[in-house]
Amino acid sequence: MPSTPGSEAYYNVRKDKKMTELLKVNNLVTQFKTESGLVKAVDGVTYHIDQQEIVGLVGESGCGKSVSQLSVMQLIRAPGEIAAGEVIFEGDNLLKYHANGPEMRAVRGAKIAMIFQEPMTSLNPVLTIGQQMTEMLDLHLKMNREAARDRAVELLGMVGIPGAENRIDDYPHHFSGGMRQRVMIAMGLSCNPRMLIADEPTTALDVTTQAQLLELMKDMVEKFRTSLVIVTHNLGVVARYAQRIYVMYAGRIVETSTTKEIFANPCHPYTIGLLKSIPRLDEEEGRKLIPIDGLPPNLINMPPTCAFLPRCSFRVDRCTKEPWPPLAEVSPGHYVSCYANTKEK
Amino acid sequence: MNLENATAIEGFEETAPRVSEWRRFWRVFLQRRIVIFGLVVLTLLVITAIFAEGLAPYNPYKGKMIDSLQQPSSTYLLGTDIQGRDTLSRLIFGARTALLVGFVTTIIAAVFGTILGMIAGFFSGILGMIIMRIMDALMGFPMLLLALILSAVLGGGIQNVIIALGVAMVPGYARVMNGLTLSLKENDYVLAERSMGANNWRTMLRHIFPNSLAPILVLITTQLGMVILAEASLSFLGIGIKPPGAAWGAMVNAGYKYLSTNPVLSFAPGLAIMLVVFAFQLVGDGLRDALDPRLRGLL
Amino acid sequence: MNQKKDDVILDVKDLKMYFPVTRGLLRRKVADVKAVDGVTFQLKRDETLGLVGESGCGKTTIGRCVLGLYKPTAGQIYFDGEDIATFPEKKMREVRSRMALIFQDPYSSLDPRQSAGSIVGEPLTIHHMAGSKAEYNERVEQLFRVVGLDPSMSDRFPHEFSGGQRQRIGVARALACEPPLIVCDEPISALDVSIQAQIINLLEELQEGSKELSYLFIAHDLSVVRHISDRVAVMYLGRIVEITRSRELYENPLHPYTKALLSAVPIADPFVEETRERIVLEGEVPSPLNPPAGCTFHPRCYMAVPECSQAIPPLREIGEGHYVACIRV
Repeated sequence: MPSTPGSEAYYNVRKDKKMTELLKVNNLVTQFKTESGLVKAVDGVTYHIDQQEIVGLVGESGCGKSVSQLSVMQLIRAPGEIAAGEVIFEGDNLLKYHANGPEMRAVRGAKIAMIFQEPMTSLNPVLTIGQQMTEMLDLHLKMNREAARDRAVELLGMVGIPGAENRIDDYPHHFSGGMRQRVMIAMGLSCNPRMLIADEPTTALDVTTQAQLLELMKDMVEKFRTSLVIVTHNLGVVARYAQRIYVMYAGRIVETSTTKEIFANPCHPYTIGLLKSIPRLDEEEGRKLIPIDGLPPNLINMPPTCAFLPRCSFRVDRCTKEPWPPLAEVSPGHYVSCYANTKEK
Repeated sequence: MNLENATAIEGFEETAPRVSEWRRFWRVFLQRRIVIFGLVVLTLLVITAIFAEGLAPYNPYKGKMIDSLQQPSSTYLLGTDIQGRDTLSRLIFGARTALLVGFVTTIIAAVFGTILGMIAGFFSGILGMIIMRIMDALMGFPMLLLALILSAVLGGGIQNVIIALGVAMVPGYARVMNGLTLSLKENDYVLAERSMGANNWRTMLRHIFPNSLAPILVLITTQLGMVILAEASLSFLGIGIKPPGAAWGAMVNAGYKYLSTNPVLSFAPGLAIMLVVFAFQLVGDGLRDALDPRLRGLL
Repeated sequence: MNQKKDDVILDVKDLKMYFPVTRGLLRRKVADVKAVDGVTFQLKRDETLGLVGESGCGKTTIGRCVLGLYKPTAGQIYFDGEDIATFPEKKMREVRSRMALIFQDPYSSLDPRQSAGSIVGEPLTIHHMAGSKAEYNERVEQLFRVVGLDPSMSDRFPHEFSGGQRQRIGVARALACEPPLIVCDEPISALDVSIQAQIINLLEELQEGSKELSYLFIAHDLSVVRHISDRVAVMYLGRIVEITRSRELYENPLHPYTKALLSAVPIADPFVEETRERIVLEGEVPSPLNPPAGCTFHPRCYMAVPECSQAIPPLREIGEGHYVACIRV
């Protein structure tokens, strides 16, 4: 007998499944044809997300973290295109389906949900919150109007919106930024997806609101047994919430491991450089920041060598001659894309 | 000096190589063939206006009565009017009139309109409100009607046509400039000017005005066509430039009576008006596409 | 010329900045947005005072008031001994050669039609500080070097520079007249993380190398403020709730809001994060149109008692140089 998502019976059923791989992305390449040349926003990215884990995707603007997630959801539009790779979700390669086809539409929202940085643009300003939420529930779970409305009110209550029965008929502009983001979280989880992708979900919010929302997201994904991918440039956020981390630079993954390992033993020069250059709340008096030299990379017509080379202080001869280093295991579960041995210095 | 002690940071950052803005502009501007067509027409217009004396085969103002109302022939390529004046020569000199009226009027209107609009937008408040309400009132009048009234009051002749049309066109520029100023005012660099201690005039002249040049230029180009049409309308209505003055509108009016026998008399200047106005519109559109939005240099 | 008040460059006393909310055609005032509601602090010479708080706390407004860009509703602002709060705009312009503002957005704070050199040298032109053309050019060149930009690029336009470089242009412009006070309004939040450190270091080096330079550093990123400031003032809804030395604030925060704010900031260290105490506040920042009575923080405060809503708690000195506005401390 089918059980409704969120009910105890549903949880009992899912509790028995052992930890398996939910998503495997293989050599994803997404590129944009611009006037000045080809931009490989995502240049051969391989990663995986397991069930019920929280993974952080860290990097600065232009590193490809957002584009890679949009590619997984096949939300890339011209002049961008997914040029190569596989996105294997629950054993099925999503890329073989047409971007606007019924299979992808069945995945989006219901199996993989995404929340964005700017809640004001993700919500339709002329529809009430209730209308938008029930639309999703009807579309994916085929709930009738009453059941959908009840479920929507329940979800809004779960994300901490006071007086949900009344607020459900409000429009997006009646909510503050933090509240809107809560609504987005509720909508994202409404169809009980297997995976939630949060793309810089709190960057536009105040610090205390940010903390509230991240805590909420963590609680919600635990409750719904969903995996969470946090895409951010904030190393503190991933240190606090993520179990595993992927560090991205210029469209590739340069380092990955568990959170603790990455921070205890950063191996890639970019990761090392980042950690040395950001101020910390608990730092010693008089600590000097050591900035990373140079400028962020220009992604147009990149040379085949390592993209971090111009800024790297660990470089060796090999770096100038050979193409971008593949990810190599430096310790169990810890992969780095680098020819230099940074531990020596 | 303070900064003698400041450590100069070693190692300058590199900037992206210079992308030629001019080349980019021309490429986009000349992208569409029809814009090139418009440019060609306007170039011909300017050449005709400048070298009218050399190009016109006959005196446009005096003709031989004996050759009145001739059909187009090898002697008179476009025929003659009731006074025996060569249509082609009048057409050529008409170009000069059109351009002269067009340019002078537009410059007058643009200068006054831009200044008023900028002041209204920058200072807003009561002053801005008063200026813009006056502009709105002026705009409420159909332009031609306004020009008609002014011309009737001032009398005909090329000078008064220019004044009348100039006044009628001021609100258009004022409106655009007002809007531009209001939005540009919100930029941080305007606040920066204030925080540096710049006075209002400096800010307006050096920062607001240069940043509004592009839209104003586009407006000027499209309005030029309108002015020429308006002048033609005024001349057609009998106000403004009257024969023997060579003006296309007046020519259309004069040839009206003879439409069945000598259609060229009206059609030739009519076609010229149409072509020139069309050309101005095309070029204005092309300019707008090339200037706005500007592609910032890619890093 | 007023006497310099010992070592204080900026002395703000009970500053209030209310913005009227008007309705109707005749613009009748219906309410006030109390952006700044009684703020007192001092900025010493050669010191960096950090002003932190979340949106709506009034920190940006204070920065603008200090520069005379807003006319304060009440209070005094003593800059170098003179009360500039009541100065008319014309008089303010003369003072502005001695203060500068660095903006948050490196894109909109530079006129896209002005060359970099012209932007940097503009304050010199406005205040007639460069004698001959040669002197002007030399000074502009020096400013470029000091901020780490190649002087040969002075004829380029802003869109040809990167975000970090544009911010450097902004810094160079601020330095042009060698002002003893620079207000930095979120100067690095629009920049990439790996570039932020470059600008932070630049600002620090400039301060070390200058004869006299104070920063009023306004930001919401507490880690950055901690790093660069000597003293920090924490603001909530238009008032200062705590002010003390930077290190003291982080090691010994006293005000409940400060404690919550600090715990909300994630630290890039999972081992530290594991053991940290987390204080998650309820609710959201109230609107400055209708602030709560008494202590504006009391509705969200985990230490609140009924007396908190009755009167505005004054800033009291609890430790040496450590002031807190809370009756429960």
